[in-house]
Amino acid sequence: MSEIKEKESWFSAKNLKLLTEPINSKNPITVLVLGICSALAVTVKMKPAFVMAISVMIVTAFSNLIISLLRNTIPNRIRIIVQLVVIAALVILVDELLKAYVYDVSKQLSVFVGLIITNCILMGRLEAFALGNKPWPSFVDGIGNGLGYGLILLVISFFRELLGSGTIWGYRVISESFYVNNGGFYENNGMMILPPMALILVGIIIWIQRSRNRKLIEE
Amino acid sequence: MIMGILDNLRKMDRNSNLYTFLYASGMVILVAALLAIAATSLKPAQQKNKETEKKIDILKSLGKADGVETASNKHKFVEDAFNKYIAEMFVVNSKGDKVEGVDAFSIDLKAEFAKPLEQRNLPIYKATLDDQSVKYIIPLRGRGLWGPIWGYISLNDDFNTIYGATFAHQSETPGLGAEINTAEFQKQFVGKSIFDVNNKFVSIAVVKGGADKSDPHGVDAISGGTLTSKGLEAMIKDCLSSYETYFNNQKNKNHE
Repeated sequence: MSEIKEKESWFSAKNLKLLTEPINSKNPITVLVLGICSALAVTVKMKPAFVMAISVMIVTAFSNLIISLLRNTIPNRIRIIVQLVVIAALVILVDELLKAYVYDVSKQLSVFVGLIITNCILMGRLEAFALGNKPWPSFVDGIGNGLGYGLILLVISFFRELLGSGTIWGYRVISESFYVNNGGFYENNGMMILPPMALILVGIIIWIQRSRNRKLIEE
Repeated sequence: MIMGILDNLRKMDRNSNLYTFLYASGMVILVAALLAIAATSLKPAQQKNKETEKKIDILKSLGKADGVETASNKHKFVEDAFNKYIAEMFVVNSKGDKVEGVDAFSIDLKAEFAKPLEQRNLPIYKATLDDQSVKYIIPLRGRGLWGPIWGYISLNDDFNTIYGATFAHQSETPGLGAEINTAEFQKQFVGKSIFDVNNKFVSIAVVKGGADKSDPHGVDAISGGTLTSKGLEAMIKDCLSSYETYFNNQKNKNHE
């Protein structure tokens, strides 16, 4: 009578692939080109970029989980609205938590936490994955995509902060005495602080990634 | 009973209007309740952060905010310093009389400056420093290029010479207008005076292309941040001029 289903292990090769693929060959930013706006906006300094990456990861993971749990009950006609409500609720929660516990960073992120709602990665993962998969793989997929997004954010913000402000994670790495103001020869690159430079950096990362992984190049 | 309802729901046609309607309503109520609980329970912590930030700004205008970033307990550090230096907070009106029964710290400047001059409640923070000198801190609020800017100016007890100033902004352009919150820019205000030799209120001019070093009422504008500089100049003038009568009254008292 009772049929024992063979249970897939939690960290099977298939599930691990969900975690690692979005970091490289299915990266949401550099391959799928989703979530670009926030990648341009919050990467001036590493710390806000890191908090943003964590926030997005939490929201993708849990919205994937919740939608996957509800996937058999959601009326098809309003499924986009249901997804949006779940995402919006999670984003508001994250925003409130940031305001309460990391106020300085939440001030720097200002509107961009709220704008996670419009981040295409979220809706994309819900539609493409969570609606058709079990809760655990969906959760892992969310974490993976959050990681892929966060990695790119950190790489971009590393270069923007280093070249634009001469600091890394808020710590000064280029000595004050090198600066023109103090009689030196060095000056920060003001372009790095502005969003267009982030777009150029994303372009460079895409270029490097595709030259190393030829499969990604479209015909 | 609840189980019964759930059971009926499970048997319903997932594409029927009723099911869709019930599903949407249930979800909205649930989410609304959840968010309301979260917002209420986190409110005290958020309020505390805002208060601490305001106190840091006030301390900055006195040059007493060093060490805040490295303090192990930021709230306590700020609270202690604030209680130590800020001797008194009070509210005056545009005629220079004290207004009783209004909490100076919780006044919303944006709302006050939207009112006509006669009805404004104007907060003042009176500070006593280590050497027993008395400073008066005036809060400022105005508009920059992209959003609100605000700040605090501390005056010596002659109600004329600026002891220190601090400015902050919400969304000015990084590297340009946003420079108003750098120490280099704020340092310029120290020692400037807001009344001229004939005791006429002149405020501080933010001069494009650089102010004359000997000019007691001018500071250099930010290159590339003209509109923010203009907003800052207007903010200082508008806010300080509301206190003009109070300043004059106090000066006359000092002379007597």
